Amino acid sequence: MPLDEHLFRREYGRLVSSLTRIFGVHNLGLAEDAAQEAFCRALEAWSLRGVPDNPQAWLMTTARNRALDVIRRQRMAAGHAPELEQALRTGQDAEPAADDPFLSGAMKDDVLRMMFACCDPRLPERTQVALMLQILCGFSVGETAAAFLSGHAAMEKRLGRAKAVLATSRRLFDIAASPQVVRRLPAVQRALYLLFNEGYHGASAETSVRADLCQEAMRLTALLLGDPRCATPATHALAAVMCLHAARLPARVDDAGKLVALSEQDRSRWDQQLIADGLALLDLAATGPDLTGYHVEAAIAAIHAAAPHFRATDWGAIVALYDRLMRLEPSPIVALNRAVAIALRSGPAQGLAEIRAIPDRDRLSAYPFYFAALGELECRSGNAEAARIHFRHAISLGRNPMERRYYADRLALCGAGADSVQRLEDMWDHALEGLRTVLEREPAVR
Amino acid sequence: MSEFVFLFRGRQRLGSAEQQQRTLEKWWAWMADLDERGLLANPGLPLEDAGRRVAGPERAMHDGPFAEVKDLVNGFIVVAADDLDAACEIAKGCPIFEQGGGVEVRPIAPMTP
Repeated sequence: MPLDEHLFRREYGRLVSSLTRIFGVHNLGLAEDAAQEAFCRALEAWSLRGVPDNPQAWLMTTARNRALDVIRRQRMAAGHAPELEQALRTGQDAEPAADDPFLSGAMKDDVLRMMFACCDPRLPERTQVALMLQILCGFSVGETAAAFLSGHAAMEKRLGRAKAVLATSRRLFDIAASPQVVRRLPAVQRALYLLFNEGYHGASAETSVRADLCQEAMRLTALLLGDPRCATPATHALAAVMCLHAARLPARVDDAGKLVALSEQDRSRWDQQLIADGLALLDLAATGPDLTGYHVEAAIAAIHAAAPHFRATDWGAIVALYDRLMRLEPSPIVALNRAVAIALRSGPAQGLAEIRAIPDRDRLSAYPFYFAALGELECRSGNAEAARIHFRHAISLGRNPMERRYYADRLALCGAGADSVQRLEDMWDHALEGLRTVLEREPAVR
Repeated sequence: MSEFVFLFRGRQRLGSAEQQQRTLEKWWAWMADLDERGLLANPGLPLEDAGRRVAGPERAMHDGPFAEVKDLVNGFIVVAADDLDAACEIAKGCPIFEQGGGVEVRPIAPMTP
């Protein structure tokens, strides 16, 4: 029997969440060890014998028994520990029954609760995302570090500190207490948005595009949508953003592993089902008075999705949406994107003027897309020398080979003459889709 | 053709959930390949870590019969091959080496000389 492609990753989050609910957040480490152990056992047993009829129940029973063993030993060592006794009893009550339809429902709830627990307001946003990757997606410390352009030791420390913070509340976050859910929901949405962006155009040292991170973000967002308390218009809008961006992923990297600009993408490779899903979600998001940044971003993505080819893009509508986004969530990054949209609507001179008018643009000085945008607009205005300086700057700030190669290609073409319009269009993709993400993630520039 | 037992020893328990699943898939691919080539005489069985050794004239029972964890046999299969060299060549394709383990290849004694 074949396995779902990412079964282990998905089940890991469920196991850790359920065991943490049973044994308490202060036993998160125990839950992680037990889940890890269950996968080791599965690897040994299943490699020779194939998959059991109900792999989820097999894993849950194995992990739970492992946790109980450890707790029994601890109890004997401590001599007397009534709270563990309690955990043990509760744990036994939670014996998973293979065909119990409530089991999967309960586990879904557990994952949701863990998601909210990870988004503890005492933790920085990036740490919340890292926790989600590790606890809910089964990423190793190394994999988590790679996704954040961070060192292994530093990530380990960060995660350790974060788990110590979580462990101060013994009970797993209770989503039944609705006032808390409402308060913390924006943080959960934000973390999922960042996780998606990390995959769509992240800071990984190896590659700019990590489709698996996008998938994980979409899977967890679907869980939010499945809960009536969490399925708000903003959550629908967030899901729409993800669908409409993910639809373009198949066309974003070519067979040689190079980033492909929006203007050059083979739009027949866009996932029409995801576009349809995204538009339907955007409709659902349009109920009630709330208008969030997610709504506006989804609307921008919808305009791109609706354009049969790049030159048919409605730049006027996109500029109007960026005006709106500036009112909702003003930041130099949004302003820069708006300037790029204006350049595409009205020409590079207007675009450059808009960039120069950004009041706090000095906060963009460490970010490659800013210089890439300047380079393209200067080049398009006929200032090849100025453009080349900007591109070299962008290369020096690039975070992975894919990105640096992209800027190097732009640099090489700069001053070559006839294709300047094309170059401007290429830049659009890069600036729009990457820049905002990266900058927004850094509290320093917000 | 003779038959050989492959004893899988000391695979390390490392890696993320995703890596474990990829490793599992490699095992299945390897086993399926052996099967397709008609070399898998018996798909074997996995073994638990736990166990006991009963030894000595007094039949004393010892927990954990194993010298060291790295020597632990965690499963076996039976493979058909022309000779020990050929069997070892087959063993070299086993994914266990990526997990830090090894394969012990032992000929099964024939019933007729």
